[in-house]
Amino acid sequence: MDRRDELARRNRRVGFAALGTVVGMVGLSFAAVPLYDAFCRLTGYNGTVQTGGGSAPGAVERQVTVRFAANTHPSLPWRFEAAQNAIPIHLGEEGLAFYRAANNADRPVEGVATYNVTPEIVGKYFQKVACFCFDAQTLQPGQSVEMPVSFWVDPAMAQDPATRDIRTITLNYTFFRTLADAERAGVLASAGPHVGRAGGQPTATR
Amino acid sequence: MAHAAHDTPHGHDHHDHTPGFLARWFFSTNHKDIGTLYIIFAVVASFVGIGLSMLMRLELQNPGMQFFADGQMWNVAVTAHGILMVFYVVMPALIGGFGNWFVPIMIGAPDMAFPRLNNISFWLLVPALLLTIGSLFVGGTGTGWTLYPPLSDSQYQGGPGLDMALFGLHLAGASSILGAANFITTIFNMRAPGMTLHKMPLFVWGMLVTAFLLLLSVPVLGGAITMLITDRNFGTAFFKPEGGGDPVLFQHLFWFFGHPEVYIMILPAFGIISHILSTFSRKPIFGYLGMAYAMVAIGVVGFVVWAHHMFTSGISVDTRAYFMAATMIIAVPTGIKIFSWIATMWGGSLTFKTPMLFAIGFVFLFTVGGVTGVKLANAGVDQILHNTYYVIAHFHYVLSLGAVFGIYAGFYYWIGKMSGYQYPEFWGKVHFWLTFVGVNLTFFPMHFLGAQGMPRRYPDYPDAFTGWNVVASIGSYISGVSFLLFIFVVVLTFLRKEKAAANPWGEGATTLEWQVSSPPPFHTFDELPRIR
Repeated sequence: MDRRDELARRNRRVGFAALGTVVGMVGLSFAAVPLYDAFCRLTGYNGTVQTGGGSAPGAVERQVTVRFAANTHPSLPWRFEAAQNAIPIHLGEEGLAFYRAANNADRPVEGVATYNVTPEIVGKYFQKVACFCFDAQTLQPGQSVEMPVSFWVDPAMAQDPATRDIRTITLNYTFFRTLADAERAGVLASAGPHVGRAGGQPTATR
Repeated sequence: MAHAAHDTPHGHDHHDHTPGFLARWFFSTNHKDIGTLYIIFAVVASFVGIGLSMLMRLELQNPGMQFFADGQMWNVAVTAHGILMVFYVVMPALIGGFGNWFVPIMIGAPDMAFPRLNNISFWLLVPALLLTIGSLFVGGTGTGWTLYPPLSDSQYQGGPGLDMALFGLHLAGASSILGAANFITTIFNMRAPGMTLHKMPLFVWGMLVTAFLLLLSVPVLGGAITMLITDRNFGTAFFKPEGGGDPVLFQHLFWFFGHPEVYIMILPAFGIISHILSTFSRKPIFGYLGMAYAMVAIGVVGFVVWAHHMFTSGISVDTRAYFMAATMIIAVPTGIKIFSWIATMWGGSLTFKTPMLFAIGFVFLFTVGGVTGVKLANAGVDQILHNTYYVIAHFHYVLSLGAVFGIYAGFYYWIGKMSGYQYPEFWGKVHFWLTFVGVNLTFFPMHFLGAQGMPRRYPDYPDAFTGWNVVASIGSYISGVSFLLFIFVVVLTFLRKEKAAANPWGEGATTLEWQVSSPPPFHTFDELPRIR
């Protein structure tokens, strides 16, 4: 009976196409990890700030207020706060602000900060020139440091109808204990080196 | 004669030849037997799922802590109830149960395309269910069925409970994927001559769309929970911000699966309801092609609305506007279905047998759930109603009342066909009314509680919410009794042994399953029927 053979062949073809689709979707779900990251960086989505935009282009007349927020994850034994509440700044002018961090633990602790800006739509106009949040920071027992961040706001913000009404931008940081440090301290039940960015360093955002 | 060996067991007089008990039920490759196993499985799992919901309503009947030790224990019960009902009750009953039983018969195929794969699909579900129930005894899963990190991190959900539940989901997902591949192949390749796609019964259409949704969405859940497992146990940082990950990414991945999943649960029920309304109105379904393509449209649009579950997660205003509009568009094909069902009944010669009662109840309750869905789709309104009992009321109206009424309707419609014994009509109707009153009394007050701001996933509440919570609890006890009555109806059906005719429903029942005997022979359609 050739019909039966022919049917089995067609069934196998459709069945394998279906399973191929499944493999593709599993692949896509993992591909979502770098794609989502790239998407946020590219579009400033979720208040992802821009980096590597070079130095400030020079001040224009329009001013905004930049406010500074600081959060600390409970697993990190630090006191972390902004040295100033807010500063006024011209668009296109380079601003400099400081955060203070103190290690309350009796051993060295390594922390790393995630950061974004609100309102989230100004993410693509907010340029960071240098920031303590680009690298993991290690504080010795009892050590207290001032950490600088320098930034400028793109004057193009004043032309974009979605952002031209914005007068206040809030810069947020949340300090976490790095995974590597948590592992050294035995907080993680872990197996092997950590996947992700080298040194457990965060992506910009979120 | 290369195929002699293959042909020998398929002789001419094998119609009543069934294998022994072990071979028939444990090694089964027969779509009807596997369908029966799925239905039994769903009933067994629903005992646990309903039992948990009874415990929850006992606790919520009064303010203060009565039966649960703490919030974690409460959330464990909530999560287990959700996972059990979604993956081990509704999906096995509608897809594995009725799908396996009637898709091959309705398209005139002798069996599923891959009978052994079908067997694997079912037997993967058994360990999955055991893992999920077992996880209750080793700490459980206090995250809600959405499993969001950081709550699902090892820091907040230590112990093997969550890992067991996740592994159970992996097995259940593999089972669904294999089943979906099987249905797609069967429907595309095994239709009888003349059964074109545009002549296929609507239940088969519903199953086809469901199978595609499963194929495209379940692997994403698999990927997401795999990342969750490695984050918990192997030091990765997919969803940990301190390692460069993003917890919100999990929400996107989960709901990319989770939203199609709710259509996976309802589309087969749409198909069943279409058949029943047409049968008991003695009219063909109104707007057949519109009904079929409305399901296709719901399936397609269902993939691009997922972030309406995440309006409060911090996504931008433009994103919210898009997801709000896309979500509301789904009301259009759904409306086409509702109005076509009403138009099917309009001017028909109606008989109100139990399946018809459940079908009409379905249309009514699903419409209520759909309307609250449109309200919740408003991004602005959802800021207030997110995670309140309003949401609980909404999704229980479309699932617990919608999908479950679909299951009951299908059961009463087909039990005569599947078992050969007709159900007792009087007790069937008593069961319908008890269920209808019970579930409405349970879930309608939740609209009021939610609108007043009662949040979900707490075992306690301020005294002001007591009144409607008492009503909801009483309603749930009535629903619990109605489930026991359903079991009684099943037992009575098999004890009285009232023979069902090949077609007990008369001229309105036109699909192929009514042209074979009740119960159908072990092998149907060895000679392919020809569809006019």
